[in-house]
Amino acid sequence: MLTLADLTALNQSQAIVIYTGWERHALVGSDIRLSCSFFSWRWTSEDVTFSWTYRPDGSRDSISIFHYTGGVPYVDNKGPFRDRLEFVGNPGRRDGSILLKNLDFSDNGTFTCDAKNPPDIVGRPSSVRLLVFEKVPIQAGVITGAIIGVVLGLLVLIVAIYYLMRFLVARRVFNLSVRSVPGLCPAALCQPGLQ
Amino acid sequence: MLLLLLGIISLHVAALVLLFVSTIVSVWTTSETTTSDLWINCTLTNGGYQCEPASTGVWIQAVQALMILSIIFSFLSLFLFFCQLFTLQKGGRFFLTGTFQILASLFVMSGAIIYTVMSSGWIQKTDSFGFSYILAWVAFPLALISGLIYVILRKRE
Repeated sequence: MLTLADLTALNQSQAIVIYTGWERHALVGSDIRLSCSFFSWRWTSEDVTFSWTYRPDGSRDSISIFHYTGGVPYVDNKGPFRDRLEFVGNPGRRDGSILLKNLDFSDNGTFTCDAKNPPDIVGRPSSVRLLVFEKVPIQAGVITGAIIGVVLGLLVLIVAIYYLMRFLVARRVFNLSVRSVPGLCPAALCQPGLQ
Repeated sequence: MLLLLLGIISLHVAALVLLFVSTIVSVWTTSETTTSDLWINCTLTNGGYQCEPASTGVWIQAVQALMILSIIFSFLSLFLFFCQLFTLQKGGRFFLTGTFQILASLFVMSGAIIYTVMSSGWIQKTDSFGFSYILAWVAFPLALISGLIYVILRKRE
């Protein structure tokens, strides 16, 4: 007999997990590939479905822009992405990625991918945020790391040069002092005129 | 003698703690609904606090780097102080310690100045500066005085 614990364990092990990116940056006029894949304990069924919905920034409504079912992809032919959307995924390999072409600032928003692999249908859709820029901004932390690295590198360099100078000066002082003591100098090294 | 030592060390540690708090807690600008920091911006909305990473601008990253560098240099200065305390000969001066501490104070000063000057670009006029900003400005003279004391101080037995 199945107890409640068994049922929850069964449910958890059969939940489908969907992966998309977290955030994507793109330049105006470029194309971008939004990837979506899933993990499921079951074999990939023939009735696997992928659907993408789009919610513009600042809006509360989502609109459906792509659906794959029964082995046939259906792309948006009425909405904001008509003629700009292409299906580049491979459902047999659990890949439901789409390609958006010729991006514009109005494409900023959140894209949600929902995949179902019957009978494994319990899962959470995953969202990826698209940010369209005129020019690519500097990644957070790059300049911070660069400044810190340069300053610390200079510090290490100065310390190394200081110790090197001290070593060279000490060696030169040692050579001079060795030469000035007569009995201490091997003949080969102390020829006059050889510096 | 021991009192002097304790006083100097506590001054140094106080400056270091101020630097830490200023960098990490980082409430650099506040207003009624937002706090804006070196690292994240938080806005009070209907659903609670909504935070997003600070803008990826060049200047805010420079301020981040300068604050972190000042902490590193102050740490190094404390470490060097203890090293020099035991290895310096009598009558010697703590030049290296003082140099690092003064450098740390200069970094804090540069960071605070850059933040002050460039902040008109990323905060509104209704915002006021938060306590971390003030702590940074307080840490600067503390570190400077501490560094100068090290430079003037002579080692006695």
